[in-house]
Amino acid sequence: MIEWFTWLQLAIAVPGGLLCVVLGLAGRKPTDLTMGATALVELLLIVQLAAAIAAPLAGNDATGSLLEFYTYLVSAMLLPVVAGFWALVERSRWSTVILGVTCLSVAVMVYRMNQIWNVQGS
Amino acid sequence: MTQSATEEPSHRVSGIGRLLIAVYGVLALAATGRSFVQIASEFEDAPLAYSLSALAAVVYVAATVALIKRSRRWYRIAWITISFELLGVLVVGTLSLVDPALFQHKTVWSVFGQGYGFVPLVLPLLGMWWLRRHPVSVAAGPVITESRA
Repeated sequence: MIEWFTWLQLAIAVPGGLLCVVLGLAGRKPTDLTMGATALVELLLIVQLAAAIAAPLAGNDATGSLLEFYTYLVSAMLLPVVAGFWALVERSRWSTVILGVTCLSVAVMVYRMNQIWNVQGS
Repeated sequence: MTQSATEEPSHRVSGIGRLLIAVYGVLALAATGRSFVQIASEFEDAPLAYSLSALAAVVYVAATVALIKRSRRWYRIAWITISFELLGVLVVGTLSLVDPALFQHKTVWSVFGQGYGFVPLVLPLLGMWWLRRHPVSVAAGPVITESRA
């Protein structure tokens, strides 16, 4: 896990999530913008997965539990996919809110993943 | 946005109920993930706390399913699981403050769900409020009473 990349993820997931929640509450159905933001969050998670697999080879080992780290990562990767399908099936304002809640949840999980990898010393 | 009134009575839930289900789903996933890690890596440390975590995870999953399936039976299961969650978060939350030694190892419900932004405390209340507003009728399937979607 690369720390600056984590902050990039948060810099996209948090504003993206807030945007979706606001647009959803304002009554917007899922659009290319909100779906795109969620897709971007998912894409960055996939890159993070690749980085997490490669990092130990470059001497960047996790300080905390790898099992816990990957549980968070896999769970986080599921969320945008489920929310995205939901938004495709149910084209209502609440689907947009759900996209936002998903992005914000991913942000929390990425933050926690960063703690496990970089901060927690066990 | 008036589609919910004309929808056929299906198992799908309309309006803000969808958001509730989504948040329940996320919490169920979070609780399941955490309890999986705890049990897989350090179960011997605190069998009680970790068994409780696993139980909580199962109940959250059951509550999520019960909210999606709008039949009388699942409506009752929704009430039972959500009440259990509220009881759990209140009892474990209080005990973890009064006697921290009892719950040195974190569970979803420690300190009223602080580790999860107090969502475990707020969510059962929202769930009960929603269930009260959307009862399943005795005779037939779900009653569509959603006023704003």
